[in-house]
Amino acid sequence: MKMPVIDLAKPTKFLALVNRVLPWLIAGTVIFFAVGLYRALNAPDDYQQGATVKIMYLHVPAAWLGMAGWGLMCVAALGTLVWRHPLADVAGKAAAPIGAAFTFVCLVTGSLWGRPTWGTYWVWDARLTSELVLLLLYFGVLALYWTAEEPGRGARAAAILALVGAVNLPIIKFSVDWWNTLHQGESIFRVAGSTIDPSILAPLIVMTIAFTLLFITLYLAAMRNEILRRRVRAMRLMQAQTLAEATS
Amino acid sequence: MNLGPHADFIVAAYTLTAFVVAALAAWVTLDYAAQQRNLADLEERGVSRRSAQEKP
Repeated sequence: MKMPVIDLAKPTKFLALVNRVLPWLIAGTVIFFAVGLYRALNAPDDYQQGATVKIMYLHVPAAWLGMAGWGLMCVAALGTLVWRHPLADVAGKAAAPIGAAFTFVCLVTGSLWGRPTWGTYWVWDARLTSELVLLLLYFGVLALYWTAEEPGRGARAAAILALVGAVNLPIIKFSVDWWNTLHQGESIFRVAGSTIDPSILAPLIVMTIAFTLLFITLYLAAMRNEILRRRVRAMRLMQAQTLAEATS
Repeated sequence: MNLGPHADFIVAAYTLTAFVVAALAAWVTLDYAAQQRNLADLEERGVSRRSAQEKP
């Protein structure tokens, strides 16, 4: 059955699509995690870091998805502020807690990796600090969504914060180039090619795909829940209005 | 599989990540069930969406 892309902007059509693709996404996520974890846990140790390099298979995908979550919120923010589309509000709100969770995982796994590698859990260098700022920005967006009495008003305030906070994304990405940091420099996406050995890079790619599929699955499920929550809210308002009219 | 002298850090990282992923999965699953319950409850009380109501 063909569905025009523009129809997906209608919540009912979007819900139908989500219900169709979610089982496939769950299956894909499970398969990629099974392969990724097997390969990650059986990958050779790093010649300098030893087995602690296995933390990288969690840390790098979490870092990528923490930033991707904010990127999604920025796209949704444009939809909220420019086109005032209700599905854009839903898309922004659903991304925030998932992006925050992955940013939290990135910070904690990085800290657990840093202690045996650098000799410290934390240092206020540019990469670590900008990543912490990202988590705090996520908390700010979540606070705006959760404390707003009217969902539309909260969504507009959160959209503005999302766009302002986008300035932090290039800072995170290029912090290791712009400043002298304890965190290592770029080692995957380099013009001269990755500096990671293929025996370690291959499991990292599989784990990154697995985490990305997990993110998409959770994101679509959270969007579906938010659409249903707004439907419940609208129906309750209608019920209250009907009752008020009947008693007056 | 030998995780070496820093096994505790590796196990802690994987345990924490598993916990966060499980929490996210539980959140979307339980939230979906709650919204479905709310919708069913409203429909049982005769409340329907404006778009689902019969047009005159």
